[in-house]
Amino acid sequence: MMTGQILQSLQNKKREMETGPLNGTGTAKASKAFSHWTLARQDDVAWLFLDKADSSANTLSQAVIQELGAVLEQLDQTPPKGLIIRSLKANGFCMGADIHEFADIENEAIVRDRLTEAHQIVDRLAALPYPTVAVIHGQCLGGGLELALCCKYRLAAPGAKMGFPEVQLGLHPGLGGTARLTHLIDPMQAMTMMLTGKTLDAGRAKSAGLVDDVVEERHIAAAAQAAIKGRVEANDTSFKERVLTSTIARKFEARQMRSKAAEKAPPEHYPAPGALIDLWENYGNDAEAMRQKEIASFATLLTSPASKNLVRVFFLREEMKSLTRKDADKIRHVHVIGAGAMGGDIAGWCAFKGLKASLYDMEGEAIVKAVRDARKLCQKKHLSDREERAVMDRLIPDFANDGVRQADLVIEAVPEKADIKLKVYQDAEPRMKAGALLATNTSSIPLDELAGSLKRPERFVGLHFFNPVAKMQLVEIVKHEGVSEETLDRAHRFVGQIDRLPAPVRSSPGFLVNRALMPYLLEAVLMVDEGVDPKAIDKVAEDFGMPMGPVELADQVGLDICLSVGEMLGEKLDVPIPEFPGWFREKVDDGKLGKKTGEGFYKWKDGEAQKKSSGSKAPDDTLDRLILPMLNACMTCLTDEVIDSADVLDGAMIFGTGFAPFRGGPMHYARSRGYDNIRTRLQTLKETAGPRFQPDDGWHASSTVQERP
Amino acid sequence: MSNPVYVIDGARTPFLKAHGRPGPFSPVDLAVQCGRPLLLRQNFSPDLFDQVILGCVNVLPDEMNPARIAALRLGMGDDMKAFTVQINCGSGMQSIDTAYRYIQDGSADLILAGGTEALSQAPMVLKPEAVEWFASLRQQSSPAAYVKQLREFDSAFLIPEISLKSGLTDPIVGLSMGQTAEVVAQLFNITREQADEYAVRSHHRLAKAQDEGWLDDEVVTIISRDGECFDRDDGVRPDTTVEQLASLKPVFEPPYGQVTAGNSSQVTDGACWTILASEKMVEKLKLTPKAQIVDSQWSALDPKIMGLAPVIAVTEMLKRQNRQLQDIDLWELNEAFAAQVLGCLRAWDDDAFMQAATTQGSSLGRIDESRLNIDGGAVSLGHPVGASGNRIVLHLANAMQRKQVKQGVASECIGGGQSGAMLLQAV
Repeated sequence: MMTGQILQSLQNKKREMETGPLNGTGTAKASKAFSHWTLARQDDVAWLFLDKADSSANTLSQAVIQELGAVLEQLDQTPPKGLIIRSLKANGFCMGADIHEFADIENEAIVRDRLTEAHQIVDRLAALPYPTVAVIHGQCLGGGLELALCCKYRLAAPGAKMGFPEVQLGLHPGLGGTARLTHLIDPMQAMTMMLTGKTLDAGRAKSAGLVDDVVEERHIAAAAQAAIKGRVEANDTSFKERVLTSTIARKFEARQMRSKAAEKAPPEHYPAPGALIDLWENYGNDAEAMRQKEIASFATLLTSPASKNLVRVFFLREEMKSLTRKDADKIRHVHVIGAGAMGGDIAGWCAFKGLKASLYDMEGEAIVKAVRDARKLCQKKHLSDREERAVMDRLIPDFANDGVRQADLVIEAVPEKADIKLKVYQDAEPRMKAGALLATNTSSIPLDELAGSLKRPERFVGLHFFNPVAKMQLVEIVKHEGVSEETLDRAHRFVGQIDRLPAPVRSSPGFLVNRALMPYLLEAVLMVDEGVDPKAIDKVAEDFGMPMGPVELADQVGLDICLSVGEMLGEKLDVPIPEFPGWFREKVDDGKLGKKTGEGFYKWKDGEAQKKSSGSKAPDDTLDRLILPMLNACMTCLTDEVIDSADVLDGAMIFGTGFAPFRGGPMHYARSRGYDNIRTRLQTLKETAGPRFQPDDGWHASSTVQERP
Repeated sequence: MSNPVYVIDGARTPFLKAHGRPGPFSPVDLAVQCGRPLLLRQNFSPDLFDQVILGCVNVLPDEMNPARIAALRLGMGDDMKAFTVQINCGSGMQSIDTAYRYIQDGSADLILAGGTEALSQAPMVLKPEAVEWFASLRQQSSPAAYVKQLREFDSAFLIPEISLKSGLTDPIVGLSMGQTAEVVAQLFNITREQADEYAVRSHHRLAKAQDEGWLDDEVVTIISRDGECFDRDDGVRPDTTVEQLASLKPVFEPPYGQVTAGNSSQVTDGACWTILASEKMVEKLKLTPKAQIVDSQWSALDPKIMGLAPVIAVTEMLKRQNRQLQDIDLWELNEAFAAQVLGCLRAWDDDAFMQAATTQGSSLGRIDESRLNIDGGAVSLGHPVGASGNRIVLHLANAMQRKQVKQGVASECIGGGQSGAMLLQAV
């Protein structure tokens, strides 16, 4: 299929992008004096292009900002009638600050000094006496948006995305953005943008007043000229916004914001939202004071452990993304066999992400349900009717398992029984086209056991997705003895194509995530057996920063699944796994399986566990009893080479289970506590609670476990 | 140059009865729903097609050239050429015939030819007087003139015209299609009872075909965007009787006419695709043809008796191929109206008609009705006009395979007084 090739060849950004005086035969002279900026003039209008040297994307490094200072000085010598700023990078205006530069600063004073200097430079840009226009295409995030906010006008090309994602790094904007945004648009919307980190597309940015107009690339020059001549109406603040600049109103709103933010991010773990709200509450009526105070607040946040760890998570994500192998052959058509909760969602997600996805199940009703769920996903993601139709066209209900023939990748997601899976392969493998991959979504069956019967085991691989697929970013890519490098490369490419994060693991029982989670869940079951209140156990884990406690998680996963995975691990691993209590088996036999049947440990109503606080407290050693077995299993996975990298392990646990991100991942957390501490505590617990706490040998040989600094 | 042309595979949607309101699928939706499973079950990639041709009569305003939209939505590639053909009830056969001729002359090797129709979505249009009023309103320059024009509003403007109704009326002779069947019935002495008996048989034959699984390969399950699932033709009434049909009132020429809703084709939505390939492509892709297309013919006569036109097309085609009616093992004669099908059978046996209308000049005898529309037809499963011609060719090929017979003819009458016919031969 040559979909879009001809248009794509014409639409490369270089050919399409309006570059004013740099265009074609323009007579203007571009100044070569700068390495990150290009300054050129045309008819008394200056065009300033950001094109960071030796980089595929623009970020605001210290050098880029300092050079901007020099550019502004040069402009002062012969002031133009107007200034147009845009990026020369295809992917966008500017991605924000250069996070690498911040990564190792420990000293608040150094941060303050650097920021003060940067503020002075962009404040000069904001104070220029002639009209300034930021032309925004693609990504315009964080510091990039702060730079754009210093211009009088902002014009966005369709497809532009603007936002302040700093909160995800445990920060808030630091280059004057907190003040400039709250004073440009409705402060409530501004605060929501900064508190959630969500981006606005060009259309929404225009309705918010963040940009003055949305203009097709082919009309950018005319629109920018019009803005300079004052023919574009600049955004104006409305009555409501002025009311909110009163101190009482801000106090009231700030209280609301605090309680809402605390629901998603407890302030004791995530200080950034609170710091941002303080800033606005105290200085929201005085832009200059707010900008001043922003510097100190930002410096404090940047040097906080939470931010350091969240920045670490950012790098972990980048590292996992970099595993996705852009050079391997693309998957264009994926065929999923088995339309249960996982298979149906995998197919729907693939279609949503632009792949042709056929879906087969012996039960036609399961396919129909998956189609309905995919529609719901489209609606939840606010797709236009045309976009939704395209997704639904790509998701092909296949009542005859015909999709096997043409698919580049066949994913099996049938029940966890080896004989059922083998039957599926027996039927599918001979019909698959040459070069197609066969994958299993198994979470517990060793791949070598499944690969044995295949004619071509080299193209067989595990792709273990997590539930719900649209939310959990992790996919474990499971290798086995006979898999080829090419198959692994293509599997990584596929995971990248559908915007998920790969964690390469060896086919050992439970792979990484389930193996690490199971001791944690099982320990919670044992504590319930000892008479501890499940809600108290969950609270300890939630206070630690887990998205939900282990008892609720067991209910969510399904007690039957917990039992079968736990037993499988107990059988196949030579580490001591405790027995499930008899009453737990009875629950499973009685069909009290958790969320899916409405009752497990908790009663479930409308998808929520019914937890009435009883006020009882869990014993003091609860946290260690829950978390240390998980850490211990993680360490074993490293020493057994189930996974190669401690960093990818941490990423996998964060993106696959929601492990408290502000703690930087389980191995990072262990390191911050000290391996010796972990080993000693495990040893003590082993003596008081049993041999399942036997510390892994890896806690001794800490130097062999490497981690990103 | 005359390359052999083969019918490779094909599929159709269930034909869904219109219930007086727009159904869940547009014409292109139906074509996409039908095409996806068909393309999926091939052992070659959909971008290997040279061309897409689609018949569609009632094209929706937001789906101009439905063939091209369907091809793109089916993921057949930006470079897939596609055009739409329209010859009323013959559109779906016209697409196959055009494909046949392209492949025959060597200018294409693999074509997806189909037909689609969503009669339930045929738009309602404003009456000309209402359009005139709106246009005048927009042209008023002064507020006073505007108000004056507003006052001229007539509530009758709000009553739309059903475009389907006018579409099914012949503009030359001023008769509705049902009325042309009344004319044919009278000319060939076809009684209400005979027509009703024919209709009952159509329902019984379709119900049997469904139950026996004879349509399983041909009819694909489709799912609307709301997740509603359709897997069989829903107009069939297996337990219908002649007595029940006798109680229906004539719809086109009440109260004395004989053509009723019960002995006419049903108003339905549906789509059908057929894959055609050259010998070269059959060998290259290792395809297994269902049948070979041997010949085709289009003919025309007075629109007032459009229902008899198949007799001419078939007669001329068989004469050219040196074949008798009795040589043909299976017949698909689209059931626009029971009386019209019966009229054709009698016309073949009518020296006067044959002499006036064909170069044959005399009676060809009778078609054995056990070979005719053996799995029911438009009376029981409906007549989505753009799709029907495609369906009868595909079904003929499938039925010939099932019965293991050598020769088959598919033919249909076409509103406006035309007809198409196609001769298939077993491979």
